[in-house]
Amino acid sequence: MQSKQPLHFYNEALPGVDSAELHGKLIVIEGPDAVGRTTQVALLRHWLEQEGHAVLDTGMARGALAGKGIKQAKEGNTLGPITMTLYYTTDFADRLENEIVPALRAGFVVLTDRYIFSIVARAIARGEDRRWIEQVTGFGLVPHAVYYLRADVKQLVSRVVLGRGAFDYWESGMDMRFGDNMFDSFVKYQTRLIRALDVMAKKYEFVTVDAGRPPDVIFQDLRKHISRLNLKTIRNTPRIHATTRSNGSNGAKRPRKA
Amino acid sequence: MVEGIDGSGKSTQISLLSHWLRSQGIAVAFSEWNSSPLVRETTRRGKRKEMFTPTTFSLIHATDFADRMERYVLPLMKAGAIVCADRYTYTAFARDVARGVSRRWVRNLYSFATRPNLSFYFRVPLDVAIGRILGGRDAIKYYEAGMDMGLSRDVEESFRIFQGRILDEYEAMAHEVGFHIIDATLSIEEQQKQMRDIVIQELGESLRNGVLRMAPGEVHAIETATALLQ
Repeated sequence: MQSKQPLHFYNEALPGVDSAELHGKLIVIEGPDAVGRTTQVALLRHWLEQEGHAVLDTGMARGALAGKGIKQAKEGNTLGPITMTLYYTTDFADRLENEIVPALRAGFVVLTDRYIFSIVARAIARGEDRRWIEQVTGFGLVPHAVYYLRADVKQLVSRVVLGRGAFDYWESGMDMRFGDNMFDSFVKYQTRLIRALDVMAKKYEFVTVDAGRPPDVIFQDLRKHISRLNLKTIRNTPRIHATTRSNGSNGAKRPRKA
Repeated sequence: MVEGIDGSGKSTQISLLSHWLRSQGIAVAFSEWNSSPLVRETTRRGKRKEMFTPTTFSLIHATDFADRMERYVLPLMKAGAIVCADRYTYTAFARDVARGVSRRWVRNLYSFATRPNLSFYFRVPLDVAIGRILGGRDAIKYYEAGMDMGLSRDVEESFRIFQGRILDEYEAMAHEVGFHIIDATLSIEEQQKQMRDIVIQELGESLRNGVLRMAPGEVHAIETATALLQ
């Protein structure tokens, strides 16, 4: 996928944002629940910082405005599907306007764990109207790249069982009762999610990455892809050599506060 | 469902109407704008810390609306109740657009909403409405006054400009929506009479047969109890 410059909005420009002044890069990691996105985001962040990039990482329901409210709503038993979709969209808008856009203005690499595509996929998996939710989330910025960590449901099941050891109510779509127990519901719901993401993969030019492999192999793969995005590079990074001459202190001195 | 700018008197009128319907033995549910318990804390946080942008302000109110629809309005309507709503989607169409949100986007946002059977719009000149608001309470709140848009440093001035824009939006959609327009400068009693006449005229038959209502004996019991209280 070629890098798109400059950034622009899908449908509807956010009031007050001039996309021409967004100089950073927006990189999205998408994929179903339990596919290993969080691990990859952490690895990528570390690597990108080593390369000298300022990185903002962000993810669903982590915003200052609606994050807490979403968590509380999920603990109760009254969160309806449209309400949930809109609550997550509120959180996304808050993070887009108050975290992502300012970081892009400042030239950061923004790594986001999920994006509007997860909101859309969840809505579609719950039977909501595709055109409706695509337009609702149409104020999203078109990212420079979307990496879709793809796995099939069987792989997700084994990751959940071997990893966390238990199914999660919301990851199983139990609010919709796709099955009469959490396993059956998980399988049906995640199948719907994957189908919805597969459809979007074509339309939104995702780079599909096989997530059925070990994390380090996936990481190498992602690194290779990101290297092609023409991030600004630091030339001739000075190397810091360890010296034998000791001045009494161990390792590097902390810089003094001004 | 009633609409109108702040100070148009719509809340008073819908409250009177719902009491009247209830006294006729009709099952009535009441839903107020921005009242979902699920969203309350988030809205409060956003307002207190002035965190809202036009987009998040619009979205949190849509979330609030969706919650009331899914959990309250739709099930009760299915059960045969009449739902009286103090403000509906048109509040968002007027207010969010006045804040700079795209007209098309906000209309799509609310496209899951049920179309109301009856829509009342309380038309009032800006100065009358502002006079009522300023006379009635001590402070206009930050977002109510549209202070987030930097229209003016003066709260009253900002409120006036913002409400003026909202009024323009209401007036622009009045025809398209098919509002029943009530002259909100008339006496409260006269406005209420007009509302009741329109309700009977428009919903008459379905009020008799199409809604959930108490048996005549129960109505009589309530009337007796009410009379005793007075």
